[in-house]
Amino acid sequence: MDELMDFAEVLERFDPVLGLEVHVELNTASKMFCGCATAFGAAPNTQTCPVCLGLPGTLPVLNGKAVESAIRIGLALNCEIASWCRFARKNYFYPDMTKDFQTSQYDEPIAYEGHVSVETGGVVYEVPIERAHMEEDAGKLVHVGGATGRIEGAEYSLLDYNRAGVPLIEIVTKPVFGTGDRAPEVAREYVADLRDMVRALGVSDVRMEQGSLRCDANVSLMPKGSDTLGTRTETKNLNSLRSIERALRYEIRRQGAVLAAGGRVTQETRHWNEAGGYTTSGRSKEQAEDYRYFPEPDLVPVAPSREWVAELRATLPEPPAERRRRLTTEWGFTEAEMRDVQGAGALDLVLATVVAGAPPAAARKWWVAELARRANETGTDLDGLPITPAQVAAVQALVDAGTVNDKLARQVIDGVLAGEGDPAAVVAARGLAVVSDDGALGVAVDAAIEANPDVADKIRAGKVQAAGALIGAVMRTMGGKADAAKVRELILTRLS
Amino acid sequence: MTLTPDDVARLARLARIDLTVEELTKLAPQLDVIIASNRLVSEVATADVTPTSHPLPLTNVFRSDEVVASLPVADALAMAPAAEEDRFRVPRILEEEQ
Repeated sequence: MDELMDFAEVLERFDPVLGLEVHVELNTASKMFCGCATAFGAAPNTQTCPVCLGLPGTLPVLNGKAVESAIRIGLALNCEIASWCRFARKNYFYPDMTKDFQTSQYDEPIAYEGHVSVETGGVVYEVPIERAHMEEDAGKLVHVGGATGRIEGAEYSLLDYNRAGVPLIEIVTKPVFGTGDRAPEVAREYVADLRDMVRALGVSDVRMEQGSLRCDANVSLMPKGSDTLGTRTETKNLNSLRSIERALRYEIRRQGAVLAAGGRVTQETRHWNEAGGYTTSGRSKEQAEDYRYFPEPDLVPVAPSREWVAELRATLPEPPAERRRRLTTEWGFTEAEMRDVQGAGALDLVLATVVAGAPPAAARKWWVAELARRANETGTDLDGLPITPAQVAAVQALVDAGTVNDKLARQVIDGVLAGEGDPAAVVAARGLAVVSDDGALGVAVDAAIEANPDVADKIRAGKVQAAGALIGAVMRTMGGKADAAKVRELILTRLS
Repeated sequence: MTLTPDDVARLARLARIDLTVEELTKLAPQLDVIIASNRLVSEVATADVTPTSHPLPLTNVFRSDEVVASLPVADALAMAPAAEEDRFRVPRILEEEQ
C-alpha cells in the first residue's frame, strides 16, 4: 500500500499541476477510414472489413463527417483550425491494431491553441488547450486464463475489431497551473464541461461508462515558490467523473508522501482501481516509447477552407457559460442553486426534465437532492442511473396530480431504478397511489380523533397547528399512502 | 553520420525483427549506403521546396458518412491463424513473471 500524505499538508508544501487528455469517440454512422458501422455493442467482429482489418492492398478514405465534427469541437474549444494538416502513422506493436500502427495526427493537429473556462466553487479557472486531433480507435481485448480477465498471467487474448477505426478526437490540455487544493475538482469540472459541450454539439454520445468519453489524468507536484515542474504520472482507467476527482486526490497525496520522504516520483502510467480507491503502477515510461511517426502516405492532406470553417462556426451551440447564465434566469434559480446543479453534473438532465414538462424547481430537487445521493451510493455518475429525464418528469406529474406524495414518489423512483418500468407502471404494480377517497380516509380520521381526544380538544379550541399529530396518526394507519392535504381538510371539518 | 550495428539493433527491436550479430554487422553498412543515397535528395532540395508526403496534388478527399456492408464474421476470421468465440486469438501478450 502506498504511503499517503494528508491532502491539506501536501497543498501547504506543493502546487499541483494538471494535464488532461480526453478521448471523444465520434458518433458518425461509419468508421473513420471505411464504411463499417460504428454501433456500440454489436456481436464481435461483425463490423470489420479489409480496410479496418489492415489487409494488404487496401486504401483508407477519410470520413468527411468526422472532419466536420473535429472542426466543430476545435471551434467550441476556442482553437485555431489548421488550414492544412496531415495524418501520421504512430507505429507500435500491440494486437489491438492489426496494421501495427494507428492512423493519428502528430505535429499537425486539425485544431490547436484553445482555451476553456471552468467554474468550481464560484471561482473561474482558465484551462489552456494545446490541441485537438483526429485519430482512430483500436480494437478491444479480452484476456483469457489467469486472474479475472487481467492481462497479467493471461494465457492468451481474444480480439474484437469492431471498434478499430472508429473516429476519435483527442483533446490535450497544456499544463494547468494555479488550481491549488481545487485541482481534483477543476479536472472533474473540465471533463464535465467538455462532456456537456460535446453533447451539445451532437457529435458524440460521450458516455464514460461505454467508453465514448475517456480521460487520462496527468498530475505533478511543484514545490511552493519553485517554477520547475515536477515529474508527472498519468492515471488511466478513469471511468466516471467521480473517479477522475478521486484518482487525482489520491495521486497528489501519494506523490506528496514520496517527495516529502526525499524520494523521486517515477514517470509512469498508473491504473486507477475504483473499488479499492487507489492507483497502481503500470508500465514505466523511463524507456520512452519510440513511435517513429511519419506522414501517412495513403491519405491526402486535409485543408479546410476558411469559408467551411466559418460555416461550421455558425452552427455552434451557445457556449456552456452563457447557457448556464441564461437558464439560471429562465428557471428562476439562485446562483448557489445553479452551482449545485452544475456540481452534480445535472444541468442537461434538469433541462431535459423541464422540457419533458416538470417545473424547474421540482426537476432540480429530484436530480440534485434525491438522485445525486443515489448515484453517489452506487458510485455512478448521475447520467449513468437507469432513469430518464422523461421518467423523472412523469414522477413529478404524479406528485402534482396528487396521485402520490413525496414519500411515495421516492418509492416510485426506487421502482424505476430497479427496472420495474415507467412511473405509472411502478405505481400500479406496487400499489403506491395515495388514498384520497373520503370514505376510506374518513374512517382513519375518525379513529385518530377517537384515539387522541386531548389533541382533538386543542384543535376544537382553535389550535389548528395541533392537526399535525392527527395527520401523522392517519398516515401511519394508511401506511403513508394518504393524501395529506385531504386528511387535514377532513380533520378540520370534523373538529370545527 | 554512419549507422552502427547498435542503431540497427535498436531499429530491429522496434520492428520486432530478430537479427543475429552477424546480420547486424552485415546490414549496418548496407543500410548506410541507402541512407547516403537518399541524402543526395536533401542536397538538391532547397529551403523553398516543401517535402512531399503524397505524390498527388490533392487535398480534402472525403467519403460521405454512409455505412456499407462489413465482411461476414467467418470471412473476417478466415485468415486468422487462430480464432475463438468469433474473436481473433493472439498469444500471451505479457511474458510470465520472472
